[in-house]
Amino acid sequence: MTTILPTPKRKDPVKRTRRPSMPPGNRSREAQGLAAMAASGRFALQICDECSKVQYPPRQVCSECLSDQLEWQDINTGGKLLAETTLQHSNDVYFRDRLPWRLGIVIADAGPSIVVHLAEDCVQGERVRMSLSIDRAGNAAITAKPEKPVPREEDDLQLREMAFDPKDRRVLIVDGKTELGLELAKAFLKAGARNIFVGHALPWRASKHLDAIMKLDKVTVYPLDVTDSDSVEELASMIGDKVEIMANNSYHLRMGGVLDRFDINTSHDEMEIHYHGLMRLAAFFGPVMRSRGADGHHGSTAWLNVLSAYAWINNPSLGTYSASQAAALSLSQCLRTELAGGGVRVVNTFIGPIEDEWYQLAPPPKLIPATVAKRIVESLQRGLEDIPIGAVAEEIIQRLAENPKEIERTIKL
Amino acid sequence: MSKKRKDYKGVAVCAPVTIPYSRYSLRSAQWFCGRSIAALIQAAQIKKKDLDGFCISSFTLAPDSAVGLMQHIGASPRWLDHIPMGGASGVIALRRATRAIQAGDAEIVACIGADTNHVDTFRNTIATFSQFANDAVYPYGSGGPNSSFAFLTDYYMQEYGTSREDFGKLCIAQRDNALSIDHAMMKKPLTMEEYLNARLIAEPIRLFDCVMPCAGAEAYLVMSEEKARSLKIPYATILSTIERHNAFPDDPIQFRGGWALDINDFYGQAEITPNDIDFLQAYDDYPVICFMQIEDLGFCKKGEVAEFIKNKNLTVKGDFPINTSGGQLSSGQAGAGGGYLGVVETIRQLTGQTLGHGVENAQHGLVSCFGMINYDRGLCTSAAILARGG
Repeated sequence: MTTILPTPKRKDPVKRTRRPSMPPGNRSREAQGLAAMAASGRFALQICDECSKVQYPPRQVCSECLSDQLEWQDINTGGKLLAETTLQHSNDVYFRDRLPWRLGIVIADAGPSIVVHLAEDCVQGERVRMSLSIDRAGNAAITAKPEKPVPREEDDLQLREMAFDPKDRRVLIVDGKTELGLELAKAFLKAGARNIFVGHALPWRASKHLDAIMKLDKVTVYPLDVTDSDSVEELASMIGDKVEIMANNSYHLRMGGVLDRFDINTSHDEMEIHYHGLMRLAAFFGPVMRSRGADGHHGSTAWLNVLSAYAWINNPSLGTYSASQAAALSLSQCLRTELAGGGVRVVNTFIGPIEDEWYQLAPPPKLIPATVAKRIVESLQRGLEDIPIGAVAEEIIQRLAENPKEIERTIKL
Repeated sequence: MSKKRKDYKGVAVCAPVTIPYSRYSLRSAQWFCGRSIAALIQAAQIKKKDLDGFCISSFTLAPDSAVGLMQHIGASPRWLDHIPMGGASGVIALRRATRAIQAGDAEIVACIGADTNHVDTFRNTIATFSQFANDAVYPYGSGGPNSSFAFLTDYYMQEYGTSREDFGKLCIAQRDNALSIDHAMMKKPLTMEEYLNARLIAEPIRLFDCVMPCAGAEAYLVMSEEKARSLKIPYATILSTIERHNAFPDDPIQFRGGWALDINDFYGQAEITPNDIDFLQAYDDYPVICFMQIEDLGFCKKGEVAEFIKNKNLTVKGDFPINTSGGQLSSGQAGAGGGYLGVVETIRQLTGQTLGHGVENAQHGLVSCFGMINYDRGLCTSAAILARGG
């Protein structure tokens, strides 16, 4: 059984905060392929198209038949732990700060021997299951856990470094007036979040979701209008140094494309909320989150943006909305690099149409907000980076990979 | 087996030199190479221009290669080799140089393993060691070779029931050997208690299982026997050599090295058996790899080293002398120099030029090398049997 995660203590204001440091970040171009798999939650290695040999570490030429046709394909996560060690010494500052550190070497059922980060309960000679996640430097890391899940395995401090587990962390949900905001609050609480801060804008507009949120345990609500710099700054000055997971679920969807409108008001609102809103949140919450990336076992860890799958490809039925989502996606990539210096990862989820009043005219399948919230929290627990949610989002990825021009011409709600 | 390999008759290995080790040095690898060459010239009583071949191994010479070094030291050789094979380089240089002498491509070849060690050298070396290491090992705890050898040692101990005491016996014997060597990094005897209770580094590896990185150089000359006789310098001859790279790629974890693949060819060429070997210089960055060499080079069966050494004295005065100058475990690991240490000590033992104690009446010495943990295992192995010459 995994050692219990120590509960966060009240911070000693005199004590120096541990500065963020990064695990070694240099990777070859080939190894970046592994990061792409990790980012999307797959466990895949290169497999030779010609002789089917599974390759690891990543390379450009097959070690068996010298073919250069190596494709990333999902493989069995099983294997056997051949040998293990616990490092008491490291040459790298990041690991020195976190010793002892457990490592193993696993013979994968798929073939290769793989050096892995090792969960506490793995035993030499026994079977393990491997997973890919993103380390603090943004690179792919392979971890082995016991084949059968053990209680509280998410408490493992090494695994916690490679995931964004909400357990015992404080979360800011930016928009509490949507159903997704409510469901996120519930899902984070279920995952063991320590406190939930919830923002709400436009005081004149009542919301049954916000009313429900206010009845939840461990939740505090605050005025927060992402279109107003002063509002964002004020909240950041109150709770900025307590936010360990930012959940930016800002949402302003209005149907329509370019030619349906005679002014830019709708588009302006969408950009203000999705694009400039992200920018304001980043400006005021980003620096303090980045500085707390290594603040103990419960330091700041992830910046989550709930984006639309139409950030990847414009859906003319939601033309200006799609454009504002694309703008937010682009900005999030900038933020990803900037927050990386503190070991805080930007996580983007891409959702298809959800069951709400603004998507009224969209045909099914539509996502239930509770499902979306559950998937988001699971993805944070697994340490994923780019998370498509729902059949529509999955289909867009496939169509984009297959023929981007085809989807551009035919996409519709 | 392919056609019979040409023998090494007529070739002399001589002029063993060591540039004394220091834990850290402000000098460059070029300095250590240059001073080695000066020492070789001194030892053989020749002139710089008499050296017409060079074989260089160094991690810290970069961005220079052996070519840049030639301009640095003002040499114009007609034969030049750069061997980047880490710990396996010492014997591989010997192989290359020997053939150059036999073919007449060079008359005197200087073989040099040299490295400096600044305070950040070791970290920089392991942080950029190879593409596979950068991608798939170093980001996993950044333990360097300690973590890789911890895996091999852990597996080996479980598989063959080897104990820490068994490894300790070897480390203690080597320390004993080092006590008479002036430049050895380790100056104090090692007790079993100290060995067993040393600071944990990467379980099951503790402090005295690890070499200490340092600056220094090891070098020797290769020439014809005729030339050595005319220069009146004592020399050893070569009975057999082998090298192998990436042996047994399908072993899930390393428990044997390329020696096991080439052992018949090795003793076949030498026309002697392991029983005829008077001492062994085994590559010893960690004791487990010495154990593998004792097995893979035919001194005992796989997994039986503990039993084999139980009633043996492993010191230079004993009945199975290993690493007679203390090896890297007690002398220190002077980068690529560590790969030449065994060859240099073998020449010393067979030519009566030892710095410390000599193995009594030694006729045949076996030197074995190992190098380059590229990902999960050491890839290069080499070995040579040298005999007392003129």
